[in-house]
Amino acid sequence: MNIMTEQSLENAVGDKMNAKSNEVIKMRGDKVGVFYGEKQALFDVNLDVRQNQVTALIGPSGCGKSTFLRCLNRMNDTIDSARVTGKITLDEDDIYDKNIDVVELRARVGMVFQKPNPFPKSIYENVAYGPRIHGLAKRKSDMDQIVESSLKKAAIWNEVKDRLQEPGTGLSGGQQQRLCIARAIAVSPEVILMDEPCSALDPIATARVEELIDELRQNYTIVIVTHSMQQAARVSQRTAMFHLGYLVEEGATDKMFTNPDDKRTQDYITGRFG
Amino acid sequence: MTDIPLDTMAGAVARPRRDIGLKARYAAERRFRIYGVIAISVGLAFLAIMLITIVSKGYTAFWQTTVTLPISFDEKVIDPSGKRATDPSVLIKANYPKLADTALMAKLGIDPSNKPMVMKLKGFLSEGARVQLRDIVAADPSVIGTTRDVNILAAANLDSAFKGQIDLSVDEARRKVSNQQIDWMNKLKADGVMAEHFNTGLFTYGASSRPETSGMGVAIIGSFYMMVIVLLLALPIGVAASIYLEEFAKKNRFTDLIEVNINNLAAVPSIVFGLLGLAVFINFLGMPRSAAFVGGLVLTLMTLPTIIIATRAALAAVPPSIRSAALGLGASKMQMVFQHILPLAAPGILTGTIIGLARALGETAPLLLIGMVAFVADYPKTPFDPATALPVQIYMWANEAERAFVERMSGAIIILLVFLMAMNITAIVLRRRFERRW
Repeated sequence: MNIMTEQSLENAVGDKMNAKSNEVIKMRGDKVGVFYGEKQALFDVNLDVRQNQVTALIGPSGCGKSTFLRCLNRMNDTIDSARVTGKITLDEDDIYDKNIDVVELRARVGMVFQKPNPFPKSIYENVAYGPRIHGLAKRKSDMDQIVESSLKKAAIWNEVKDRLQEPGTGLSGGQQQRLCIARAIAVSPEVILMDEPCSALDPIATARVEELIDELRQNYTIVIVTHSMQQAARVSQRTAMFHLGYLVEEGATDKMFTNPDDKRTQDYITGRFG
Repeated sequence: MTDIPLDTMAGAVARPRRDIGLKARYAAERRFRIYGVIAISVGLAFLAIMLITIVSKGYTAFWQTTVTLPISFDEKVIDPSGKRATDPSVLIKANYPKLADTALMAKLGIDPSNKPMVMKLKGFLSEGARVQLRDIVAADPSVIGTTRDVNILAAANLDSAFKGQIDLSVDEARRKVSNQQIDWMNKLKADGVMAEHFNTGLFTYGASSRPETSGMGVAIIGSFYMMVIVLLLALPIGVAASIYLEEFAKKNRFTDLIEVNINNLAAVPSIVFGLLGLAVFINFLGMPRSAAFVGGLVLTLMTLPTIIIATRAALAAVPPSIRSAALGLGASKMQMVFQHILPLAAPGILTGTIIGLARALGETAPLLLIGMVAFVADYPKTPFDPATALPVQIYMWANEAERAFVERMSGAIIILLVFLMAMNITAIVLRRRFERRW
């Protein structure tokens, strides 16, 4: 309880300190808890995701950061035993409300996974699949347009424009991950969730994806889970530190990495545990 | 000179080597390899013995001895009273064997009035000559009054003698072919009139009490009907059940119970399914006996668990990342299953289905119980007509005593094995070609 009050206080202070006129809260978690069967994996997390910013979720393995991320587009629904408490809003709409359709939610909140997972289909089909099922393109030329612009936004167009009909699984790991990002962009989401998107990539591919994340921030709101402290420092504007299912601390990335309030954050960032 | 290195060596080996049981470990491995080689050799030896026995007994079934005779379709024999224009049954009832016998006697130079010789000729040509000649006349009545060469089937005993399967050193009274018939046979063989031809009858004839006119035509059609029925029923039901259980059903005690029961069903002896079919389909629902339709239903019940288990394994083998990818893009569960999971699982499902079908094709016991072990001479026109099946035909021929039936049984086994191998090879090829596309 003590931690709770301290933390809410800090959040409130942080909000005031960093408040700028253009900062809009895109998604808000209010006392979010997650249970897997009897076991509680996440405890009373209050976290805001700001529009057109990159929010990084950090913390040691099993701390609940991926669990929280998966709450944001209800991917936890696919696990039979998972149960979510509390409230998560997207533009003031409660996403766990009965009136919200999960399919529509996932069209608004896209996701990129840890392991690149292109469909075993052509590059074109990979990108076109989302727009097709949501009926976003009426004509073939519209679809071509969406595919091209998505691949361009994901900075992979030049590498694949001559082989759109080749299987997406034939690309290198880094290219596959950018293809997956293009696939997520193609349905024009408002928020993109990324679950350790670079953990399966080499440093060069990682650098390319990180650049891409920074560019995407102009048009999208991004939440990224990462194990790499440097990555969080490089790409994010806000950082949230999780530990043992609790949100330890949340704030501007600069402050979190130079002058964190909580000792656990300090220890984790300096590599004393985790 | 040689002492110095030895000394230094001795110094280096100061630390004694630990005994970590290497010898025993390698010996154990060698023993295990030998056991493995022995086990496989025994298996291969039995397979080889089985195949060699069947093929050596059965390959002659694909050849049939015939006698090429110039048959004169004599109007005085076929239609003595000239009534065929008004009464077509005359052509059915006519004394066709007499035409064949007359032609044979002319060929051998036997006087038709020499009764003892004519008696000895009995049993030289097959009784099937009646049907052969009748079919020619029925197809084209204008042959009456003309003469044409026809390959008349030799009787089964002469067929065996011609293939050298009858021991001629046995006393004449104790064997089925007389010396006179052997002489005639050799004469006709020397003239090139009597010869072996490929036995198409083995694939086209129905049941018969005479080996030379019995074949697997009815059994092939019956088995074909059943395979079609099994495919049409078991594949959609099995795949639908698997998709529901694997992708949609909540995992709870009830679905666990269903899963255990499906696995149990796969292990139920096939004869029990036969009894079930007899009780439910024939006695309760009043479906016809001996019909391929009922056989197909029983085999469907038997094949379902196999297909369900194979399909569930194929669905479960699709990586979860593909599911997440589809759901993450906002695909509904239905779209995820039918647009991503099912296409990826299709090769596995197909393989399981083919293996299930192959098992159903070779199944005998349940078919015996629903009356498919029947003497069926005519082709079944629909799946509701009486029919037999390939393995049942083998079972029936195995019960016959005559040498020629044993030969046909082995021939039928070869044909069944070829079908089964073709199906299994198809399954393996499909699996090789499509496995692991991600």
